[in-house]
Amino acid sequence: MRKIGISEIEDIALGAALLGAGGGGDPYIGKLVAISAVRECGPVTLLDPEEVPDDALVVPIAMMGAPTVLGEKAIGGNEYQTLYDMVSQFYGKKIYAFMPIEAGGVNSMLPIAAAARMGLPLVDADGMGRAFPELQMVTFTIGGLSATPMALTDEKGNCVIFDTITNKWTEELARAVTMSCGGSVSVCLYVMEGKILKQYAIKNIITRSEMLGRAIHNLRKNSANTPEETFFQATEGFKLFKGKIEDVLRETRGAFNFGKVVLEGIGEYKGREAYVEFQNENLVACVDGEIVGTVPDLICLVDTETFTPITTDALKYGKRVFVVGLKCFEMWRTTKGLELVGPRYFGCDTDYIPIEKRVKGGRV
Amino acid sequence: MYKLGIDVGGTNTDAVLIDENLKVVAEVKHPTSGDIYDGIMGAVKNILELSGIDRGEIGKAMLGTTQCTNAIVERKNLAPIAVLRIGAPAAVGIPPMTDWAEDLKKIVVAEKMIGGGFEHDGKELAPLDEETAQAFFQEVKGKVESVAISCVFSTVRNEHELRAAELCREIMGKDIHISVSGEIGSMGLVERENATILNSALCKVAQRFTEGFARSLAGLGVTNAAIYLSQNDGTLMTMEQALRYPILTIACGPTNSIRGASHLSRLENALVIDVGGTTTDLGVMRNGFPRESSVAATIGGVRTNFRMPDVLTIGLGGGSIVRQREDGTVTVGPDSVGYRITEKALIFGGDTVTATDIAVRLGMYELGDKSKVAGIDEGFALKAMEVISRLVEDALDAMKVSNSDVDVILVGGGSIILPEKLAGAMSVTKPEHFGTANAIGSAISKVSGTYEKLVDYEKIPREEALAQAKREAVEIAVEAGAVRETVEIIDVEDVPLAYYPGKTNRVKIKAAGDLGS
Repeated sequence: MRKIGISEIEDIALGAALLGAGGGGDPYIGKLVAISAVRECGPVTLLDPEEVPDDALVVPIAMMGAPTVLGEKAIGGNEYQTLYDMVSQFYGKKIYAFMPIEAGGVNSMLPIAAAARMGLPLVDADGMGRAFPELQMVTFTIGGLSATPMALTDEKGNCVIFDTITNKWTEELARAVTMSCGGSVSVCLYVMEGKILKQYAIKNIITRSEMLGRAIHNLRKNSANTPEETFFQATEGFKLFKGKIEDVLRETRGAFNFGKVVLEGIGEYKGREAYVEFQNENLVACVDGEIVGTVPDLICLVDTETFTPITTDALKYGKRVFVVGLKCFEMWRTTKGLELVGPRYFGCDTDYIPIEKRVKGGRV
Repeated sequence: MYKLGIDVGGTNTDAVLIDENLKVVAEVKHPTSGDIYDGIMGAVKNILELSGIDRGEIGKAMLGTTQCTNAIVERKNLAPIAVLRIGAPAAVGIPPMTDWAEDLKKIVVAEKMIGGGFEHDGKELAPLDEETAQAFFQEVKGKVESVAISCVFSTVRNEHELRAAELCREIMGKDIHISVSGEIGSMGLVERENATILNSALCKVAQRFTEGFARSLAGLGVTNAAIYLSQNDGTLMTMEQALRYPILTIACGPTNSIRGASHLSRLENALVIDVGGTTTDLGVMRNGFPRESSVAATIGGVRTNFRMPDVLTIGLGGGSIVRQREDGTVTVGPDSVGYRITEKALIFGGDTVTATDIAVRLGMYELGDKSKVAGIDEGFALKAMEVISRLVEDALDAMKVSNSDVDVILVGGGSIILPEKLAGAMSVTKPEHFGTANAIGSAISKVSGTYEKLVDYEKIPREEALAQAKREAVEIAVEAGAVRETVEIIDVEDVPLAYYPGKTNRVKIKAAGDLGS
């Protein structure tokens, strides 16, 4: 158990941008929501999952909808009280703690605001360990947990509880309601007991996020090593490529942004070429025709000077980037995990090989 | 009649006089001193003497200034203001100025979030809480010099903002300075509101520089000139507009040099490299205007989203200091002798090797005392030139939109340090009067008119509605002083508002034309 305040939020937001693996939405607005809540209501208690009793009710918090709408309407502030009332009434039980469902991107921040405003602890865990594009892509699905009953509210106070037959229906119905409510809503989903949490959650992911963010913030304070050395040491990341963006190909299909970014090697990679394919998040990295990393491992693009993570919508010709590979959570590497989020699910014709094996000779 | 263009830079204040055919009659550079008016007075005085023209023959005077940026960065002369945000229950979770530095936040005397605002499709989110707005204006009356008003989705519908501004004037008097966010920023409430608050805080600064400029000119006998201020999209504002929207003058410098470069080179699409004494700005010219930035612009640590030219600045200029490291590698900048180049550089008898000395040593330009740089080792000079080329070529590449080569125009007093061939450039042009391109850009700026209306495309077909709106925009530009034959439509925007009956769209057209002489 420890407290997280404003300086921790700054670090977590930056770490969450890296864990977004190109997607998850820019955590900036989320960060302001979290900072405002903590400034008004005080720091948040962060619990280790092991500190949560087996029968305690743990509730993940997230936003659904268009990031551009979130950028105008943000969060009202009363949504968390509304969600608390709906969920505790539905289950006939008090909520013990909140948690994020997606540690990458903007959804890393909103549970902090919820915990601060409701005076509840936040559990240091999530269901992805990164960002993913679809609702069912959480470790709890492996544990047989359903996304519903799911509670939804908008800033005006409209509220709905969904009880659906499949997660696909949940997506469809929730999307329709989200549009009617003005395009951006707050939700509670995958409500669970402490026992399930301890079995299936990705533990200590908020602490990892904070550590990553702090490392990037402080890269230039370490004088013994170059910022590049410090970055790869601190993140335990694999350097997959260093290059200049040559081309960005984009296509919108359904609710997703598909695309490919083509890179031309610079520095020690001069004369070589690479590309990264994405569907909201980065999916596959390929250097000189050879795959060097795939989902569910994290493929992140960071600026070569500032090491700030770059989201797929900010990709632009001429930007200099490192392609960085980070190991995913172990459970994603099981057969069931790969069925949900393996490369073949995303239409990539390749088997999953862990990033540390793809990169010959281990860390570069 | 003549036009007088002035650009106040960090190192020099430049002034140019152009005639009715837009030909440069005279150009001067004068050091920018602590008080910018001394610099302006000095430059204007010099150019009047140099050209010998009749002062009464100057019909227009345009000023490009960085006063607003400086005021925000240095936190100087900012006015006490009030902030009203309309949009509750939305966005209450992020009060205004959440991530502002404490010292800058102090400019806000009072802030309030009230009910109102719209959804993305134009539906009303909540009714405007007029009672609370009125109470707020009563409370701050007499305590503030300006009021900033923002509203959720005011970029889609601005009725609530405008109604609040009306209430504000009723209570605080018709002369109160008001900034409404829909007229300043684009999508993204926090960034738009930030820009609006800064605009309000700049009202005093704007008053000082507009009045100061007018007074300087009058003091020198230039009494027939209509006065304009450069804004950052390459068009001009009248004094009245500059007083209302001072923030739009921010970053007008790079815009002016791009416009000036376009005029001098007669190119419409190119990459402009403006080399000053300490830094170099690179910008993309599209159809004669600067390409706008797509990312949030940070001013004095505040994130904003109002339109800004997309400019990349690197630490290289005519005064950049050149050094050799122990391992033999050569560095150029980012530190510079700045405006002290005339005493510090070797060619002017100083003791510091600058980028300008290297250019003179390599015979690229004749300046100062050539013999003073003869002692520089040629190998060292070539290495330094290689570093300069690489810095510029990397930046050039980062600004391009694709890997095909582009036309490059070099302007600015420091551009003598750049070679005539650059990797990634199809051609490199250094036009006549390149040293004062930004003042020329200011002098040849266009005037614009914006027309905005809600139109139902089921009642009036889109083609017809747009044509009608374009005609209106042209009329507004002509009214503002544009020569009718030169007016062009520079921006067309129609946003569908799904909530309205039929096919209602918000149509916004901007037209710009040359200022008559």
